[in-house]
Amino acid sequence: MTKMTYREAARSALRDALRSDPRVFLMGEDVGRYGGAFAVSHGLLAEFGPERVRDTPLSENTFVGAGIGAALGGLRPIVEVMTVNFSLLCLDQIVNNAATLRHMSGGQLSVPIVVRMATGAGRQLAAQHSHSLEGWYAHVPGIKVVAPGTVADARALLLAALREPDPVFVFEHAYLYPMEGEVDETAGPGELGRAAVRREGRDLSVITYGGSLPKALAAADLLAAESIEAEVVDLRSLRPLDTETILTSVAKTHRVLVVDEGWRTGSLAAEVSARIMEGGFYDLDGPVQRLCSAEVPMPYAGHLEAAALPQPATIAAAARAMLRRDG
Amino acid sequence: MSARVATGEAGTLSRECGLALLRQMVLIRRFEEKSAELYTVGKIRGFLHLYIGEEAVAVGAMQALTADDNVVATYREHGQALARGIPAGAVMAEMFGKANGCSRGRGGSMHLFDVSRRFFGGHAIVGGGLPVAVGLALADAMQGRRAVTACFFGDGAVAEGEFHESLNLAALWRLPALFLCENNLYAMGTALERHQAQPDVVRKAEADGVPGEAVDGMDVLAVEGATRSAWAAVAGGAGPRLIEARTYRFRAHSMYDPDLYRPKDEIERWKTRDPIPRFTATLRERGLLDDAGLAAIESSVAVEIDGAVAEAEAGPWEPVEDLLKDVYTLPETR
Repeated sequence: MTKMTYREAARSALRDALRSDPRVFLMGEDVGRYGGAFAVSHGLLAEFGPERVRDTPLSENTFVGAGIGAALGGLRPIVEVMTVNFSLLCLDQIVNNAATLRHMSGGQLSVPIVVRMATGAGRQLAAQHSHSLEGWYAHVPGIKVVAPGTVADARALLLAALREPDPVFVFEHAYLYPMEGEVDETAGPGELGRAAVRREGRDLSVITYGGSLPKALAAADLLAAESIEAEVVDLRSLRPLDTETILTSVAKTHRVLVVDEGWRTGSLAAEVSARIMEGGFYDLDGPVQRLCSAEVPMPYAGHLEAAALPQPATIAAAARAMLRRDG
Repeated sequence: MSARVATGEAGTLSRECGLALLRQMVLIRRFEEKSAELYTVGKIRGFLHLYIGEEAVAVGAMQALTADDNVVATYREHGQALARGIPAGAVMAEMFGKANGCSRGRGGSMHLFDVSRRFFGGHAIVGGGLPVAVGLALADAMQGRRAVTACFFGDGAVAEGEFHESLNLAALWRLPALFLCENNLYAMGTALERHQAQPDVVRKAEADGVPGEAVDGMDVLAVEGATRSAWAAVAGGAGPRLIEARTYRFRAHSMYDPDLYRPKDEIERWKTRDPIPRFTATLRERGLLDDAGLAAIESSVAVEIDGAVAEAEAGPWEPVEDLLKDVYTLPETR
């Protein structure tokens, strides 16, 4: 096991992929000379050269579309889009091409592209660099969506994405890049589409993913001091959703709090909640609760940004309120 | 696709090549006329964009490509599909929505695909095919394949940011991409000079670092010759090229379009330049075609189209149980 950051874990996966598969290449804005806007690809240009680590113009729709074309042409492109807010400029290529070409061609094509991007708030970058729109992507059939919430998953899920024959979108939480953890660099890719129970508990299930996972685990520590045992489920994959693991946890704890950094209206949290209604209603002791970001464009000021996001204290408070009411 | 035969200088056009080009244009024309007829009786649904009037562009350009080249087209792509050699029956069946269609009934008129002929669609978001074409060219360049990616698009696409972005990226990376602008003067109902401050497509391309050439899109030999020269430059490593084929659609934008925005005399004037009678006359003048030869082409095309319609009629419907097939390579399980 090696101690490294979430950023280094993602880089480790990129390096492994570039070393082991000549079809793999990386492209995006400032991934080469600059070393990546979040320094994920730092050093890769020197190791692999400009053919395989390609700086692109600021043309999101075209370099993502070119990644789709390159995938059709036999390569395994990894495309970095700087942030999820910028990815709105390539939503057309993602939704209209990446997600459709296999079906629309009657199964003749497949698009083995991996698109990585930073998501989420917490760095005072205000309303055009901080949103969590991965739930939108999870709405779209034809693509898969993963969101690593641990250092090991920053590596494992990226490697898993590269084994998929279809488009996979990897949402790396910008706030997690400096987080440290233990990684087994000899481990192979994780299984895509499986959730993980990160902490066992009997009193309620906190279901979350990505940047909210460390917060949920911190909240579980707070609750444990009060003898409340929260089970923390990390979705890992937002599409497909691992309904089985979710329902297993619901059957065990009978209470659910879904924590999602996206806005609540029409959110991924709503989807998780609906699946529990459909498949686990009679296991519930009370209504599923959701804790999401405040419905506001993300403000700049630190205290306002913090107030807009789920936090360990607010997650713990929501859990306490559920137990008080139900108990 | 017919044999890739150089037409050469005007005087050296072979009979074989000349008749093949004419037959392809006639095939497209009759196919489109039949499609319009079948649309009115409800056999073909959705949108139907006819290529009538523009046949010389697809036929001339495709003649200059090789089987290793990639083709990316638009939603007005029946002509390109047929000229690339996709059987008329597979195209017609696709428009009927049948399982024996070239996209198994999942695409329809606007989304024809045939990977065996390196025909990558059928793109109905204006400009959306250009980045994909750039990526296909990138894949060829990175894998050392000597192939050209030909990307068709209309004059409407030059208003999209992707047009400039794609030309820039292809030029920046010297990719083997051949951009084929079918300028039929109207982006659906909006004339080029009504939506572009700079309506000269070649100048636009040059601003993005891509050398271009305008060509008479009603002249199949002119299109073939220009494409052949551009192909040689692109395949030879000179980077991307653009051809602007100036053409005109004789029918409305789609079957829904009442065509209120084009002056009737403009349409009539362009019809006098119809590429089929024009090339027929060229072949006659050169002694390569007589009445019997023309009749033979018409009758063999009629047989082919009757066969295509029969194939479409007889084709099976995709079972509804297969509705979710091919959304992913492996079925979504959770």
